[in-house]
Amino acid sequence: MKSRTGSRRYTVIGLVLTAVMLFPVYWMLNVSLTPQQDMRKSPPDLLPLHPTFEGYRAVLNDQMPYLGTSLLIGLGTVVLTLLLAAPAGFALAKLKPYGGGLLGLVLLVAQMIPGIVMAMGFYGIFLDLGLQNTWWGLIIADSTIAVPFGVMIFTAFMSGIPGELIAAARIDGAGTFRTFRSVVLPVSRNAIVTVSLFSFLWAWSDFVFANTLDGGGDWRPITLGIYHYIGNNNQEWNAIMATAVVASLPAAVLLVLAQRYVAAGVTAGAVKD
Amino acid sequence: MTTARLDRRSPRSTVKFAATGTVDRTDASPFRRRQRRRSRLTALAFLAPLALYLAAFYVYPLYRNLDLSLRNYTVRSFVAGDAPFSGLDNFRTVLDDPTFGPAMRHTMIFTFVSIVFQYVAGLALAVFFNRHFRLAGTLRALFLIPWLLPLIVSASTWSWMLNSESGVVNYALHLVGVSPVNWLDSPDWALTSVIIANVWIGIPFNLVILYSGLQNIPGELYEAASLDGASAWQQFRRITFPLLRPVSAITLLLGLVYTLKVFDLIWIMTKGGPSDASSTLATWSYQLGFGTLLPKFGPGAAVGNILILIALVFGLLYIRVQRRQES
Repeated sequence: MKSRTGSRRYTVIGLVLTAVMLFPVYWMLNVSLTPQQDMRKSPPDLLPLHPTFEGYRAVLNDQMPYLGTSLLIGLGTVVLTLLLAAPAGFALAKLKPYGGGLLGLVLLVAQMIPGIVMAMGFYGIFLDLGLQNTWWGLIIADSTIAVPFGVMIFTAFMSGIPGELIAAARIDGAGTFRTFRSVVLPVSRNAIVTVSLFSFLWAWSDFVFANTLDGGGDWRPITLGIYHYIGNNNQEWNAIMATAVVASLPAAVLLVLAQRYVAAGVTAGAVKD
Repeated sequence: MTTARLDRRSPRSTVKFAATGTVDRTDASPFRRRQRRRSRLTALAFLAPLALYLAAFYVYPLYRNLDLSLRNYTVRSFVAGDAPFSGLDNFRTVLDDPTFGPAMRHTMIFTFVSIVFQYVAGLALAVFFNRHFRLAGTLRALFLIPWLLPLIVSASTWSWMLNSESGVVNYALHLVGVSPVNWLDSPDWALTSVIIANVWIGIPFNLVILYSGLQNIPGELYEAASLDGASAWQQFRRITFPLLRPVSAITLLLGLVYTLKVFDLIWIMTKGGPSDASSTLATWSYQLGFGTLLPKFGPGAAVGNILILIALVFGLLYIRVQRRQES
């Protein structure tokens, strides 16, 4: 058994390490509250002693349409990913399809393809079809980040569903589709949450596809909102950092509400692009 | 690890299927065989949307990209779609380009230095958090934050922190008597700057995977080692590190594959500059295709395809290691 004082010492070290690790996040908050005239002050204010909300006012004035678009694209990507990944995961886990092993390999390799290469291919296709600067075009592109991961999560999870449960549904006369909808999906809640969470977060965070496929027009996501702020040689760093804080909110909310799903997703080999 | 479990499934289910297949053939009743065939068809129906999706939105863009790299595109012919076939000319152009050498070197430095630091820090933190103390779970969860933030958020925050005149990093250096560093504006430091930011982002991933690996090492081993008087360092050297080797291999290889393709972070922080000092294959590819007023789609796509090749080499190595660990 460890002594109490030993345990307390570890807690203190842990707090210090976490503080160091999260310093950039704190700094983002601090800068977002710093008045413009103090921005280049030396030494910089380590605490927001004279907080200003001018940065957040700029967010309200400039960034709301971008945030709305990101929300739309995030939710659209979740729906598309679930529609594609859940049935496929079920088939791979329980129906023993021809070529299932090969498909698993393809999905694994798919996750290794650099986003920039996909973006260039999509750019050519979108140009042919006139799909640039559409919100649903971006949903399709963003879903490619999440679908292979989603299928793998669903396959892994649904493989763990006892065969008896499915057999029982069969005996009650349910067809495969009925079994999937009424038995498999309800017990796969955890997998659904994990996949939804990550596909939303990735779509919300996407920059590569947004910048190549959606650089102009009315449907630009928040990542481009920040990028244009920086790109315009904007020196109003409180506004930039305030936008960054707002753009981080989904990550923060998800971490608080669904921490165990996040950890599950990371361990499943989930990797951000 | 779920990946491990998941991946193990594919070959094994094929084996299982083959086995039942033979049994079926010996005591085959036509009814059962028909039923089996029907369930196969149902499986196909469940997989069809995914298969179509992969064909349309993975295979076709990749084909399109390959096609781009094999033709002599101009902006006009890109729109008109009648660019002449030029074989490997684009690849030759790219390989002869004076940027190729540095971009390749930066890609390797960026990738290897990033994953070494991420891994070492992640492992140290995983061992630390493996002890039981108050708040351990909460603090470990907080460590995930850098990994969850949108890359544009991390990249712009680090840009401002590393600002030469007003950045907090230079201020901290000033406090300990180091003269200010031109982090993002000097060719000597740009690559280091993006590596620092990338290590920060990658630590959580390493921490979580290695931590889950540590959970699988039986506690009795440590108890026995303590009884034998082994120090903490000896326990790490003789128990933790060797038993964690399979998980470490997976973590490093995955990290390699995913760090090779990092684009957003570098592009947002430095755009690959100044004067290509931090350009990698990913940013160079983008630079060629989208970063100038006169896009060179062909060479851009060629660089992208070279990047895919490199990623696939390490990717297949990863799959091999994973498969071997499971058998």
